[in-house]
Amino acid sequence: MSGPATPYPVDEARPYTPGALEKALLDGFQDGFPLTERPYRAIAEKCGVSEEDVVAAIARMQEAKAISRVGAVVRPNTAGASTLAAMAVPPERLDDVAAQVNGYDQVTHNYEREHELNLWFVVTATGRDMVDNVLQDIETATGLTVLDLSLVEDYHIDLGFPLQWT
Amino acid sequence: MDVSATDRQLLAALQDGLPLTARPYADIGAAVGLDEADVIARLAALRDAGVIKRMGLVVRHHENGYRANAMVTWNVPDALVSEIGRKLAAYPFVTLCYRRTRRPPVWPYNLFCMIHGKDRTTVEAAIRTLSAESGMAAYPRQVLFSRRRFKQRGAYFGTCAPSLKEAS
Repeated sequence: MSGPATPYPVDEARPYTPGALEKALLDGFQDGFPLTERPYRAIAEKCGVSEEDVVAAIARMQEAKAISRVGAVVRPNTAGASTLAAMAVPPERLDDVAAQVNGYDQVTHNYEREHELNLWFVVTATGRDMVDNVLQDIETATGLTVLDLSLVEDYHIDLGFPLQWT
Repeated sequence: MDVSATDRQLLAALQDGLPLTARPYADIGAAVGLDEADVIARLAALRDAGVIKRMGLVVRHHENGYRANAMVTWNVPDALVSEIGRKLAAYPFVTLCYRRTRRPPVWPYNLFCMIHGKDRTTVEAAIRTLSAESGMAAYPRQVLFSRRRFKQRGAYFGTCAPSLKEAS
């Protein structure tokens, strides 16, 4: 299993400040990333910079954790199975249980929320059987009930998030 | 479309991110035994079929100054949930909007929206905007602000895990 959970500090330093090229990339390439042999060069041509500039800007944003990756966002329950799960964890056990839940590779998101149901996490695997196994394993390991809130319908057409530059 | 085992391997190879190399699709392909043209064609087919919702930079809201997020849930009549869900999903501050299985009596709520904003006040205003949509005020609601993020990463399509093995 994993080490201790690493909670995100609430009052951490000021946010990442992107430069002009980074802003252009964040505004223009959260979707529609070129599916061509040299995608970074294709982007560079659109932005009027060099391929090296684009790669360096993306690397900087990854370094600053402004982006997690260049990747594909997969619609839930198409290439695999997933669910949202919730637990009511006694406050004194929350850090330990969060670390236990984090220990599963199939857990992609794990948040503390302000509610009696205070731990919310997403489980994604290649099939529903595996999702069920993970939920069952977490119940057994923690002795707590896991609420399985499986997806019925997705209403959001994801084009990326419009960041507001101030 | 039917997502093949090869497609899953390809998506798995992409989960850590497209390499920052001159020919990234060739490099991803090398990891799963596909040539560059095949990788590009498969990704295009997955995108066109809607399996890939979008492809590009995956933004981390928190690090970009969107420090507050709330999950807002309503108990909406099943007959209306699709119409309401589509309406709420169209707001720019709504980053996810799903219908999910109810688990009464503990959890009778079936409509879930995720809202991101620069601070809590902004998110609270966004929640008021959604709640002012016609009829929404009548439905039981829960607001769950996030307190700590323990984990956030791409999906897992791999073959092994610390304590559980994938049944293949």
